[in-house]
Amino acid sequence: MGAFGHYLSAHFATLRLEFWGLLVGGLANGFIYAMVAIGYTLVYGVLRLINFAHSEIFMSGGFASYFVMKAIIGTSVPSGLASVGLVILGILVGGTASAGMALLLERVAYRPLRKRHAPKLAYLISAIGASYFLFNLAGKEFGRYNLSIPSPYINHTVFTIFGANVQMYYIVILIAGVIMFVTLDRIVAKTKLGRSIRAVAQDAETASLMGVNIDRTIALTFIIGGIFGGAGGFLFGLGSGVVYTMGFTPALKAFTAAVLGGIGNLRGAVIGGLILGVAESFSIAFVQAAFIDVVAFAILLLILLFRPTGILGERLGRSA
Amino acid sequence: MMLQVNDAVVRYGAITALHGITFEINQGEIVTLLGANGAGKSTTLRMLSGLHAPATGKIIFEGQDITNTKAHQFVALGIAHVPEGRRIFPQMTVEENLEMGAFTRSGSFSDDMDRMYETFPILKERRKQLGGNLSGGEQQMLAIGRALMGSPRLLLLDEPSMGLAPMIVETIFRIIGEIRDSGTTVLVVEQNAAQALRLADRGYVMENGRIVFSDKASNLLHDERVRAVYLGESVEGT
Repeated sequence: MGAFGHYLSAHFATLRLEFWGLLVGGLANGFIYAMVAIGYTLVYGVLRLINFAHSEIFMSGGFASYFVMKAIIGTSVPSGLASVGLVILGILVGGTASAGMALLLERVAYRPLRKRHAPKLAYLISAIGASYFLFNLAGKEFGRYNLSIPSPYINHTVFTIFGANVQMYYIVILIAGVIMFVTLDRIVAKTKLGRSIRAVAQDAETASLMGVNIDRTIALTFIIGGIFGGAGGFLFGLGSGVVYTMGFTPALKAFTAAVLGGIGNLRGAVIGGLILGVAESFSIAFVQAAFIDVVAFAILLLILLFRPTGILGERLGRSA
Repeated sequence: MMLQVNDAVVRYGAITALHGITFEINQGEIVTLLGANGAGKSTTLRMLSGLHAPATGKIIFEGQDITNTKAHQFVALGIAHVPEGRRIFPQMTVEENLEMGAFTRSGSFSDDMDRMYETFPILKERRKQLGGNLSGGEQQMLAIGRALMGSPRLLLLDEPSMGLAPMIVETIFRIIGEIRDSGTTVLVVEQNAAQALRLADRGYVMENGRIVFSDKASNLLHDERVRAVYLGESVEGT
């Protein structure tokens, strides 16, 4: 066995030892990526454009929930039912703030371009401009340092799985993620609202002939994407704190997740997010933690080179 | 008079597609628009469902000025449009496509759904299949069924026979006749001029964005100008 084989076997041994811990952490990150990826994929599905200001939609939810949690929790240590209520409140506050921000961006940065039939490049420039404006504004208003969200629960180890500690933070993310994704899936597949989104994604003009208000449907996709992004902003902030630049890396990774799963495809966004989260986490066994961003973006490059339509392909139109 | 179009001008940017057209449709009629490609037939239908608002002119439907009404408000007014190329939602099932036709209706529409399946038995068989997997003829039936799900009083049909086998075209035209008999007024744009004129009550002939003449369909069928240009028959002595 050569030196490289020796290197690999040593690191696989690490992976085997840490497997469950890395898996749980990876899935939790993956759920957050997936929540943010929903926003990219929904907007892409109906408008065929990437909302590159989505990072700031995510940040808005993080800051809004930070201020509300700080006001309510302060220095106290909530537990029991209060914790559950506060987590739900944090998600609702983050989701609402981000939905509002998403709606504002649609009105200010995108709709005027849409009405003028602007080229795709104009949307990209508009999005980057809006993004820079927003995160610099946040830095100016809220300071340029990391703020910890007061924890709505005690982050103890809830149970142990094959020697790996599963903390409350992970349980919160997993439960919130599963509930939100299943609800969204059902809404898109079964309700009139979901049907209108799918109709616009498949053929906007014909959807309007059926009586679907296209402008309203587009606004709606920004709102839903905002709710998921804001919930992600809150959950991410619980673990890493909030800061004006917080959106940049998670949003790029969520974009990677959306492309990995098949941009425009809702289930793809979830699958892409989970795979990316776990892949990043497992790579810790092989490279230093500081390099995991490299892993994420190497994955993005590889998909774009070899399977640009992602795992499930582009198809927001489908109910499944 | 059900629908009245008065001197309507439609522009696509710098290009004028309709140079002031005037026509009307009466309750219970089948009216057909004839003309070569680019004459403005499809544009006329698109104008009548809000996809292209006229720059000037007026559209009156059942006494109401609808000139500037938006596309998504037309179904509720009672005007449904079967677009050129059918435009079925490819990733929705047949059933979901029909439900999209009833998008603006509140309450139950299962009676209408049953009626569609009665009119188009093949759609019932294919109920759970994706619209994109249907044959051209099945898609055309679905497109018509979808439009009827909005319970329109005026149905706009754009090239319903395009690309279909003659036997299916027969069926489609028979169904268009039945739709009229059940009380829905029909405006049909058709390449297949002979078939359209046999079915229609009246026809308008368009050229370069203008209506050049109009008459009862039976007269147009025997009109030399129409026969020469649109029915592909040579006029005697030329």
